[in-house]
Amino acid sequence: MIKNLNELSVGESGVIKSVAGAGMVRRRLFDMGVTPGAEIAMKKRAPLGDPIEITLRGYFLTLRKSEAACVEVEL
Amino acid sequence: MKLFALAGNPNCGKTTLFNALTGSSAHVGNWPGVTVDKREGVYKDGGNYFKIVDLPGIYSLSPYTPEEVISRNFVLNEQVDGIINIVDATNLERNLYLTTQLLETDLPIIVALNMMDEVEKSGAVINVKALEAALGVPVVAISALKGNGIKELMKRAAALAEKRNGSTVLGGVFKAELDSARSFYKKAGVSSPLFHAVKLLEGDELELENSGAKAIYDELSLDCDAEAAIADERYKYITEKLAAAKIKSDSRTLTKSDKIDRILTHRVWAIPIFLAVMFFIFHLTFSENLFFLNGFTENHAWMPTLQELGLATDEGANNFGVEILAVFYDGAVFSPGVIFTNLLNLVLDRISDGVLTLMENGGAAEWATGLVGDGILGGIFAVMGFLPQILTLFLFFSILEDSGYMARIAFVLDRIFRRFGLSGRAFMPMIMGFGCSVPATVNTRTLSDEKERTATIRVIPFFSCGAKLPILTAVAGGIVAAFGVGNADVITYGMYVLGVCAAVVCVLLMRGTTLKGETPPFIMELPAYRMPSAKNLFLHLWDKAKHFVKKAFTIIFASTVIIWLFSHLNFNWKFLPDEQMNQSILASIGMFIQPLFTPLGFGVQLGQFGWVFAVAAITGLVAKENVIATFTTLALCIGAYAGEGTEEGVEELAGLINVISADTGIARGQFIAALLAFIAFNMTTIPCFAACATAKAELQKGKFKYTLLFWVAASFTIGAAVYTVGSWWWTLFIWIAAAAGVAVPVILRNTGKYDILKIFKRKKGGK
Repeated sequence: MIKNLNELSVGESGVIKSVAGAGMVRRRLFDMGVTPGAEIAMKKRAPLGDPIEITLRGYFLTLRKSEAACVEVEL
Repeated sequence: MKLFALAGNPNCGKTTLFNALTGSSAHVGNWPGVTVDKREGVYKDGGNYFKIVDLPGIYSLSPYTPEEVISRNFVLNEQVDGIINIVDATNLERNLYLTTQLLETDLPIIVALNMMDEVEKSGAVINVKALEAALGVPVVAISALKGNGIKELMKRAAALAEKRNGSTVLGGVFKAELDSARSFYKKAGVSSPLFHAVKLLEGDELELENSGAKAIYDELSLDCDAEAAIADERYKYITEKLAAAKIKSDSRTLTKSDKIDRILTHRVWAIPIFLAVMFFIFHLTFSENLFFLNGFTENHAWMPTLQELGLATDEGANNFGVEILAVFYDGAVFSPGVIFTNLLNLVLDRISDGVLTLMENGGAAEWATGLVGDGILGGIFAVMGFLPQILTLFLFFSILEDSGYMARIAFVLDRIFRRFGLSGRAFMPMIMGFGCSVPATVNTRTLSDEKERTATIRVIPFFSCGAKLPILTAVAGGIVAAFGVGNADVITYGMYVLGVCAAVVCVLLMRGTTLKGETPPFIMELPAYRMPSAKNLFLHLWDKAKHFVKKAFTIIFASTVIIWLFSHLNFNWKFLPDEQMNQSILASIGMFIQPLFTPLGFGVQLGQFGWVFAVAAITGLVAKENVIATFTTLALCIGAYAGEGTEEGVEELAGLINVISADTGIARGQFIAALLAFIAFNMTTIPCFAACATAKAELQKGKFKYTLLFWVAASFTIGAAVYTVGSWWWTLFIWIAAAAGVAVPVILRNTGKYDILKIFKRKKGGK
C-alpha cells in the first residue's frame, strides 16, 4: 500500500518510494537522507498537530505535513 | 603555519573538538567577503603550530541556509591546507553523506570519527580500517569530549599530502555527462573540477552562475531527475560500504532520547513544560525572591529586611559581615543571577571608593574627581554590573542548546510561528534576544528564508535585552518610589509582554506587506539528547564575557567620558560645576530635540529638566546600559539626588521625577504614562551600536536603512500609543480604529478581494 508520509499514523513505518516537490525543499529532503529506498517510521505529531517527527537512517527528523506530503511511502 | 578547517554536520561534536584542539587560544576572527564570526584558534604540538578554523555545521555542500553558504565558500575559496571532516560515529549514515561531497574537492581530507567511546559502550563495532579503505582518505577514531585520539588525528593531518585529486562515489548513471562536465572545468582551469562538475549535474543555483556553466548544463540536457539520482547513489554507496565496515547499528541513544521525548514533547505537557522552563530560567537569573519564602507579592512580605533586623541603616550595612550577607539576602533569598551581580558590585564599589579617597587625599581638583568618579568609574561600573545576569542567562540558553532541548522547542512551537509567516526556528534568535541582540542576530543565519531572516532581525530588539532590563527596573522602581503606586515587577513584566506583542504585530505587518512570501520550510534534525559539557559551556561564557568587557571599556568608556565632558563644558569650552549643568553642550542638544518627544509625553511637557530624558535616549544609542548611567550622572548633577549614587538608579529616578513634578506641576497620571512611554520607546527604538553593526552585516544589501527607519517609526508609534492611552483612556478607540485602518486593506489585498493600491494606479494612468 502506498501512502503519503503526512498520512501515516503514529507507529507506522515503510520504505520511501518517491520524493516529489521542487527546488530547495526537495534538495533539503535529499540532503537529510529522505531518498527513495530509505526506511522511515512515523514517530509522533507535535502537540499542536503539526509538524511531525520521523526516524530514518538512525536519527530523528522533523518536518511539516505540507513538506511530508511530497514523500510517498510504501508500507 | 598550516591552516585546517573543521567541517561536519551540526551536532557532531565539532565545537567540542575545536575547544579540545585550541583551548583558550580561540578567538573570533573576521573573514573577507562576509563579516562573519568564525572562531579560529591555534593547535600546538611540540614545535609545530596549526591554525584551526571552526566552520558552521552543514549537512551538504548544496547551500540552503546563509550559514551553509559561508562554509561552502570557505572550503572552496580559502587557502586551506586541509579539511578535518568530523563524523558522528553514532550516526554514520547521514554524516558520511557530506563526506562523499567533500571528497569531490581537490582538498586534502582527514576524517575524524567522533564519539567512538559511545559507540563502543553500546557494543557496536566499526571497522576503521575498512572505512578508510572505502573512502580513500585517512580515518582516525577519536572522542573529542574525552580527548582520546586527538594527538594521532593531528599527526596524520600534518602528514597529509599537499595535493589530492577529487574522487567520487558517483559513476553509474551519469558517467558520460560527468566526464564531459569535468573536462570543461579542467580546461577552464578551475580548481576542484570534479566537485563543480557534480554540482552542475545537480543543477545547483550557485554553480550555474559561474561563467559558461549554463551553456554546458543546457548542452548536457539531462533528461531524467539527476538531483534525485545523485543523492540516491551517494546513500546507496554509503549503505554498501557500511556493510563492508561491519557496523552494527546502535539504537541505545535513540531509545534514551525517546524516553525523554515522551515527556518533553508530550501532546499535553510539552507547552506547559516549555513555559515552566522559561519561567525558571528568568526567575533564577533576575528574581530577588528565589524560593517565594517571602510570599508571592511584596504586600505579603513577612521575612524581615536587614534594616528591620537592625543590621543596616539607610547609610548602608553596619559592618563588612552584614555587607556580605546582603549579597545573598535582604528580606528574601536572592536568585543566583542577583547574587553574582551583588558580589561584583561589592567589589566594584570598593574599588571606586578607594580611588576617590586616594584622589581627594592627593588634593585633586573638583573637575578631576568629578570626571573620574561620576564620568568614568560610575559609567563603567554601572555597565559591568549587568555582566553577571547576562552571563547567567547565556549559561541557561547554552544548556538548552547543547542538550538538544532547543530544537524540541522549535518543533513544539512551529505551528504557532507559522501563523506569523515564520518557522519554529525563528524562536531561537528571538528568545536569545532577551539576553543580547548581537548573538541573536548572528543566530538568524540558521533561517533559510531571506525574508523571514529580515523580519526576525528587525524585531529582535523588541525582545528586551539584558542591557535594557535596568531601564525597566530603574524607571519602574522610580515610578513606584515617587508616586507610591503600582508594583515595579508588574510594570517590568508588562513591558516585556508589550515588547513581545509589538514584535508579533510588526512581523505580521511586514509579512503582509513589504516582506511578503511563502512560509519558509521547516525540515530539521532533532539531535539526540546529550549532557552538555561543562568545558564547552565555560568556554562559551568566557567568549561572551570577554566580548562584553571589551565593549564596556571601549565604546561605553568613550561615550561616558564624552557625555560627562559635554555635560560639564559649555560652548566656550569652559568647565561648569554641577550646578550650572543647564548651560552645558549636552543640555543644549537635549533641549533642541526635546520637542520631538512631545507626542510620547517626555517632550515639552516636562519643562526645564525634561531634556534629561531626551539626552538619555540619545546616549542609549551607544549602548542601552548608558540610559541609566546618564540618568544617574545627570540626576546627581542637577541635585535631584543627593546621595552617593546607586547602581540601579531607582532613587535617582525618583528624585528626578519629584524635581520635575514640583517644577511643572504636571498631572500624576500623565507623568506616569510618559515614563511608561519612555520605557516602551527605549525598548523598541534603534538598538545599541553593536547590535546595529551586526544587523547591518547580517541583512541583505540596502535593507539596513529601511530597518533603521522601521525602528524609529515603530518606537514613536508604540511610545505615542502608550502615552496617549495611559493619559486619556478613550484614545484607545482611536488607536484601534487606526490599526484596523491599516490591517483591513492589507488583509483584503492579500486575500485578493480588493486592492486599494489599484485606485492610485488607475488615477495615475488616467492622468
